[in-house]
Amino acid sequence: MHPLDRKLLRDLWHLKGQVLAIAVVIATGVGVMVQSLGAIQSLQATADAYYERYRFADVFCHLKRAPKSLVPRLADIPGVQTVEPRIVEYATLDIAGFEEPATALLSSLPERGKPLLNQLALQSGRLVDLAKPEEVVVNEKFAAAQDLTLGDTVQAVINTQKRTLRIVGIALSPEHTYAIGPGALMPDDKRYAIFWMGERALAGAFDLDGAFNDVTLTLLPHTPPEGVIQRLDRILAPYGGSGAYARKDQISNWFLMSEIDQLATMARLLPSIFLIVAAFLTNMVVDRLIATERGVIGLLKAFGYSDLEVGWHYMKLVMVIALIGVVLGSFLGAGLGQWTTSIYAQMYSFPFLLFRPLPDSFLIAGGLSLLAAMVGTASAVRRAVRLAPAEAMRPPAPPSFSRSYLAQTGLARLLDQPTRMIFRQVFRWPLRSGLTVIGIGMSVAVLIMALQWIDSINRLIDVYFVAAQRQDVTVSLTEVRPPSVMRDFENLPGVLAVEGQRNLDVRAHLGPRNKRMQISGLPARQGLYLVYDDAGGAIDLPPDGLVISTKLAEILGAKTGDRIELEVLEGQRPIVEVPVVRVFNTFIGYPAYMRLEAINRMMHETNVVNTVHLRIDPNQQAALFARLKDMPHVSSVTLRQAAIDIFNETMAKTVLVFVGMFAGFASALAIGVVYNSARIALSERGRELATLRVIGFTRFEISYILLGQSLLLTVMALPVGCLIGNWLALGMAKSFDTELYRIPAVIEPSSFGYAMLVTLAAAAISALMVRRRLDRLDLIAVLKTRE
Amino acid sequence: MQNQNAEKAETQPEETGRPAKTTLSARSLSKVYGSGALAIRALDNVDFDLYEGELVVLLGASGSGKSTLLNIIGGLDRPTSGKVFFDGTEITAFDDSALTRYRRDHVGFVFQFYNLVPSLTAEENVALVTEIAADPMSPADALRLVGLGGRLTHFPAQLSGGEQQRVAIARAIAKRPRVLLCDEPTGALDSQTGVIVLEAVERINRELGTTTALITHNVGIAAMADRVIRLADGAIQDVSVNTDKIAASEIRW
Repeated sequence: MHPLDRKLLRDLWHLKGQVLAIAVVIATGVGVMVQSLGAIQSLQATADAYYERYRFADVFCHLKRAPKSLVPRLADIPGVQTVEPRIVEYATLDIAGFEEPATALLSSLPERGKPLLNQLALQSGRLVDLAKPEEVVVNEKFAAAQDLTLGDTVQAVINTQKRTLRIVGIALSPEHTYAIGPGALMPDDKRYAIFWMGERALAGAFDLDGAFNDVTLTLLPHTPPEGVIQRLDRILAPYGGSGAYARKDQISNWFLMSEIDQLATMARLLPSIFLIVAAFLTNMVVDRLIATERGVIGLLKAFGYSDLEVGWHYMKLVMVIALIGVVLGSFLGAGLGQWTTSIYAQMYSFPFLLFRPLPDSFLIAGGLSLLAAMVGTASAVRRAVRLAPAEAMRPPAPPSFSRSYLAQTGLARLLDQPTRMIFRQVFRWPLRSGLTVIGIGMSVAVLIMALQWIDSINRLIDVYFVAAQRQDVTVSLTEVRPPSVMRDFENLPGVLAVEGQRNLDVRAHLGPRNKRMQISGLPARQGLYLVYDDAGGAIDLPPDGLVISTKLAEILGAKTGDRIELEVLEGQRPIVEVPVVRVFNTFIGYPAYMRLEAINRMMHETNVVNTVHLRIDPNQQAALFARLKDMPHVSSVTLRQAAIDIFNETMAKTVLVFVGMFAGFASALAIGVVYNSARIALSERGRELATLRVIGFTRFEISYILLGQSLLLTVMALPVGCLIGNWLALGMAKSFDTELYRIPAVIEPSSFGYAMLVTLAAAAISALMVRRRLDRLDLIAVLKTRE
Repeated sequence: MQNQNAEKAETQPEETGRPAKTTLSARSLSKVYGSGALAIRALDNVDFDLYEGELVVLLGASGSGKSTLLNIIGGLDRPTSGKVFFDGTEITAFDDSALTRYRRDHVGFVFQFYNLVPSLTAEENVALVTEIAADPMSPADALRLVGLGGRLTHFPAQLSGGEQQRVAIARAIAKRPRVLLCDEPTGALDSQTGVIVLEAVERINRELGTTTALITHNVGIAAMADRVIRLADGAIQDVSVNTDKIAASEIRW
């Protein structure tokens, strides 16, 4: 082995603490990136494979009723590959031992053979026997949540008729990777089920013999869905078509893709932060190392080693450290990626999971890390090789200090000498101190960014579920009902207040843009379900015109005063123009509201409703639920508290896990930066500190001088970190602006507090590690030798 | 031979007519580095006394054990065997914190390479010690004693080598230590500057009565000592009383 390489190995061993600290920081950067990219790729690969293997449709449309003879016309639309008509309806479930009513989406299986599209991945049992109308296949999540197995029975109210259904199969479907009920934000597996039943059974129950009320299509490759949707809507309009939509707007897929987008944002932002800090750390330690190697460099050059050889020697040192980090990070990332993907596998119902991090995630992460380390090192190495041998072999001149203006004021006299040393040391190297402050600040910032998620989501829950919703139960009806239905509900046990709502499916047009959406009709002043502006609170609806969310305004390019053309997708299907009278802010979805009377006037109907909000007496909840389970015309029942619980539970399973993971990364970062800066300070000032020990300073006193500097830098880093964190959180919030969610950028003071505390704790741990070295200072050696 | 030396050392005070009060005494000091065949005896069964108020020069080539001896009596290092007494108290029995207290209260050190704190001014470097001492003189007074009254606010980088070493002396004596230990204080200096530093040491010894031990390999410096102790191979070769002691200013090398 070349002596230089032997020296390299010894240097690495000598610096092992710092080598490890830097490698860990690089590893976190690589780890987060491999994990995030790996999870994205795996999720995307799994979804793609699942969709393809189980023939997930490209276009979907619900309608009232159309004869099956219409199917060939749909198949004739240019670009259409396969058409599958079916029957889709809702039913209320009554499950033994479960007080609350649950809702099932009933979906028909064709008379002959397997479905052509949206095929089921049977997990156990079999498909239904068409001769037995009571047989159902249920989705796996619901079966698991309700502890149902093959052979169990469930009571259901299907189109006013109570039926007993027997489970013969448990399955997954690409249509319901994210099984989300109407109006819900999160899958509620206990209360929302997918039931697949024989077509004949459903046709009989809903009076749809020889007809269908839902259709899905696949398109020929490279066919844009827009043209097909337009033609489909035109053909299905007379049959009560409620507007076709493409796969990207299909709810389960929409959620899945949002999740992948969200991960992609993390994969961009977080590893970049870690890599920047890793580069900075690498730069710091190499710079320091080269400072102590002055004499050796001079000697090597005096012996005739070229600048390139000397430079390459140090470059190799850094590369080895970076490679250790990359390898560690790759394993860490692969492990975490698999873990993350398995969390998603639980959340979405995938029949299989491809954990396939492509080599590119490792290459990108590893390459970036190496590059960052090399760039960080380049300047220090360049300085090293520029030293003239004679100059390099001379000991460096003592660093010059100066008295600041502050030092000449009376204030400075209050400080003792050790404290003065701390301040001078920090301000003597403002760039280095500044970079350390930023490095530590970054870890505060990353923590804030992680913790802020909880704050934002709590705010979202507060505004959406608590401030804006005062009902306890929301009941969706199978069709519009006359106002008398309100009295029916008022008479139910435990009902304290009732408020009706009418939802209307429309396609809104403004200029070249259009959006399939729902308008909700509500009373002028709502008592239960409020039109609520995030900033301004409850809004009274004007007698006429639309009140729309900012998100919808953005989608349509609309502003107050614009007249929006509404193509109603039900009833007489009128086309009307309605002015936008107000735009308001909301975190969820893209809602639009009108006065209930105005909607009904527009539809030439009198005060009909299809949704009823109830406030109830919790003591009579059981009796109410029992009645609701049997009530006709009820398609689904949503409980506000259950929605909040599910929301929190899901967040705990996903977001909190990530928050914990990032908190871990951020702490590693803080330890890495503080440990390294304290170690560098120690090796630079070991001589000084040993001298102080010799002249009678205690260990505690010299620890104060060295660690006081780390503490000062850490304390200075806290506000800097809070600022960066605030900025990152705003950026994160902005990058999460989807049709589904806007995340409010909320950072509670407690999050700043926690972030700072965790960082201080990390700093304290690394300070203790360095403190142990202070106890082993060689007092004599340091007095004899000049560095 | 060691015993002979020891006897000689003990009889010294009577010969010079100085009071026999011993500030520091070492008995049977040995220091071994390493073990087995590789063991190196840095000190071999040395007996040594330092009397109150005297200025002793320890002469010897490098490797003779003089620094090891100084480190042990200064409380920086522990002997492998043997004992050291300060005012009759055995410091070799001290634990670490008691040794720190001993150094802090009673010993002033001056090193070859000054060992000043670069981030503190001359006055602050001295204050570093006076702040933790029981009965110190003011840093300015200490610096005036070594002739640096006009350099109080200079940083080490703004001082010459000789000036830095004098700051180190001021720092060492500002707390009025009982013992001043100087390890090659002129080793890094040219002769002219070195003499100025020696004058400072001499003045401290004379005016404050600080018991002083000075290590050097420079034979010329021995002329300013009350006693000269020669070391070689870890043992005391010879102790002589300087009958024709000269002033530091007259020393040339």
